[in-house]
Amino acid sequence: MEQLQRKLAEYTTSLYNEKILDEQFIQLQQLQDESNPDFVVEVVSLFFEDSERLLNELAKALNQANVDFKKLDAHVHQMKGSSSSIGAQRVQRGCIAFRNYCDDRNVEGCLKCLQQVKNEYTLVKNKLETLFKLEKQFVDAGGSFPIV
Amino acid sequence: MNIGSGSLVTVPSSTGSWKSGDVVSDQFPVGLRVLVVDDDPTCLRILEKMLRNCHYEVTKCNRAEIALSFLRENKNGFDIVISDVHMPDMDGFKLLEHIGLEMDLPVIMMSADDSKDVVMKGVTHGAYDYLIKPVRIEALKNIWQHVVRKRKYEWKDNNFDQSGSVEEGDRQQKPSEDVDYSSSANEGNWKNSKKRKEEEEEVEDRDDTSNLKKPRVVWSVELHQQFVQAVHQLGIDKAVPKKILELMNVPGLTRENVASHLQKYRLYLRRLSGVSQHQNGLNNSFMGHPDATFCTISSLNGLDLQALAAAGQIPAQNLATLQAAALGKSATKSAISMPLDQRNFFSFENSKLRFPEGPQQLNNSNKQIDLLHGIPTTMESKQLANLHHPSQSFVGMNMQVNSTSQHNNSVLMRLSQSQPRTQLLNGANNGSQVSRLPLSMQQSLSPVLTQSGIVDNARGSVYNPVSQASSMVDFSVNQSKELQSYNFSLGSNSSGMSSLTNQGMLQEEVNSDIKGSRGFPSNYDIFNELQPKSQNWGLQNDGSTFDASLHPCMQGTQDVSSQLLLQQGISSTHNSGQNRNAPIEKPMYSNGDEIGHSNTMCGSQLNSGGGNMLAVKAERFPDADHQNTNIREQFGRDDLMSAFLRQQASVGPVETEFGFDGYTLDNLPV
Repeated sequence: MEQLQRKLAEYTTSLYNEKILDEQFIQLQQLQDESNPDFVVEVVSLFFEDSERLLNELAKALNQANVDFKKLDAHVHQMKGSSSSIGAQRVQRGCIAFRNYCDDRNVEGCLKCLQQVKNEYTLVKNKLETLFKLEKQFVDAGGSFPIV
Repeated sequence: MNIGSGSLVTVPSSTGSWKSGDVVSDQFPVGLRVLVVDDDPTCLRILEKMLRNCHYEVTKCNRAEIALSFLRENKNGFDIVISDVHMPDMDGFKLLEHIGLEMDLPVIMMSADDSKDVVMKGVTHGAYDYLIKPVRIEALKNIWQHVVRKRKYEWKDNNFDQSGSVEEGDRQQKPSEDVDYSSSANEGNWKNSKKRKEEEEEVEDRDDTSNLKKPRVVWSVELHQQFVQAVHQLGIDKAVPKKILELMNVPGLTRENVASHLQKYRLYLRRLSGVSQHQNGLNNSFMGHPDATFCTISSLNGLDLQALAAAGQIPAQNLATLQAAALGKSATKSAISMPLDQRNFFSFENSKLRFPEGPQQLNNSNKQIDLLHGIPTTMESKQLANLHHPSQSFVGMNMQVNSTSQHNNSVLMRLSQSQPRTQLLNGANNGSQVSRLPLSMQQSLSPVLTQSGIVDNARGSVYNPVSQASSMVDFSVNQSKELQSYNFSLGSNSSGMSSLTNQGMLQEEVNSDIKGSRGFPSNYDIFNELQPKSQNWGLQNDGSTFDASLHPCMQGTQDVSSQLLLQQGISSTHNSGQNRNAPIEKPMYSNGDEIGHSNTMCGSQLNSGGGNMLAVKAERFPDADHQNTNIREQFGRDDLMSAFLRQQASVGPVETEFGFDGYTLDNLPV
């Protein structure tokens, strides 16, 4: 259990160090309490769902003959908002860059950014899933948060 | 928050215990009913949780239309709304407008978008605050302030024109109809004030209502007559606001205006009927005024009526005294006089009313007279006299100082009436609007104010949200950055501005930074000198209501010092002792409609420390082109002038990011 705890702590720290997550994630964790014990997982799941939808929309929009940049921008903006809300910093930054290309109406740039954002998203998704797994293991082993 | 009058309002039924508006329960802000609207499910869920953690009652929805229907179905079901800016079905700003017009609730905007223009849009549309995502819980913890502030001012305002009818209940919840409550957007404020200055008509025109909450409708004699006619036509029992509105067919009049007026009218009638047996008007009824004297002392009676009608509180003795002195006739003509009474009764805006006409009696009777709105005030006669004299100088007194005493308000109101200013935003000001005082007025008003302690109140009332949530602080920082750039760019179109604009310095730092900026050193020195004084200039808003109308004239002194700004001369109230403001008054307002009018040379400033405080400096730094000699005198600083002149010389009209014209002092009515 101690080992688990250490593993968890290290893993978490690395996520912050790599800027995959930022302080906003900590805020989320702080919101979790007995009345909402799975709050973080719940919100993150919402994020995953919504992001996947948005990424699909983005791909579709960029596939059009006449790219609707306004729509594109709206989607990216939303993704930026949701990723920032959960603290997925890299995704958020990817979205910011994406928006610049949208402003410039640069399809190629947008395509590249989309790919980038997708990658970051996949990364944070995996990392978070791993994190949740570790946390569950920790809790199952009798551990409780906050980790002292 | 304790609203100073005793006649408080019973709380309209509401689930929130603190909604009475004047009594804040110990639990407040627990139970604040928040409606949060965001199409992003992640954010929505997070916000909901955060708000719940703040012990608020949260309702969430992801569509603006749904939100509106919630609000419409539960008119008093919510205290505050938080809405995202970018939503697929409706623009957040549109929603903001709707809410403002229909429900008059404070609305906080939020977005991941922190670009200046969007934030500015929030301000101009009347958002109470603008939060940048990701929203932190600290930012949400303080949203209750907006509700309190709004209610506080609305209460005051309501109290002025319907103190007697407050218990009618929902009025308290929807005071907007008669309240010239504009949103906290400063633009709204100065627009209103400008209008007040320019228009003396009785019914406020509503061209800017799209951006503002409903402006106050002044029930002039004619309007009231139309109203009465409509009511009679329908029959008092069947007179419903909607039908009355239709019959009256007055453009710009809303059902709510009519509804509130009808309430008052009904009260009035009730009082009348309660008194009709008495021959003499020596009871609380003001009906007993005979015609003849009535007409001659119409103004006086008008005052009485207004006061009585509105307040319904005129002590019998006063009334008796008044009547005895003035009329001394039996009420045989009461029936006849009724229409007249009505006329006067409702003619808040009766320009015939002048103190001199019946001052003796008024003074003697020590009545509660309020020229404007019949608000019962306990104005002492001599105070009346005092007020009257300087009243001339109180041009367009729109100052709504956060005076907690009604008395003060009445003073203000009276003053405004003597100037035929139609719109007196008493208490309409929420915190941000407090400063809506024409500067000239402020200056002359200051002695009076000081007497009545308004100044102190004002100062006290300045809301200094020192502990702003981080997001708001960020916002303010952004704002201050913007401001600086804003100001600077006006000051000079030199590229040096960029160096200034890029400095994300907060207010306090401005001076030091400013010195570094080229072309402005002299100005800043001056400003620095002014700084201490300007510190008094409180601030007002929580920074989100950054007023676009603040003319970025002020070069740089970001800080506390001086730059001016907001037309809302809030700061002026603070500086009542300081006569800087005098010349500014009109220009402030006239400038108002030209955003960025450099005349006012005002810079709006956000106090970085406070998060979002606009330092309204009611000072106008004269542009070289203009004669603002009075300002110069005001300041007694020739060096200031010269600094400006220099500046002026070096600067052409500069387009700020906001598209303001750098130096157009044309409208300056010096």
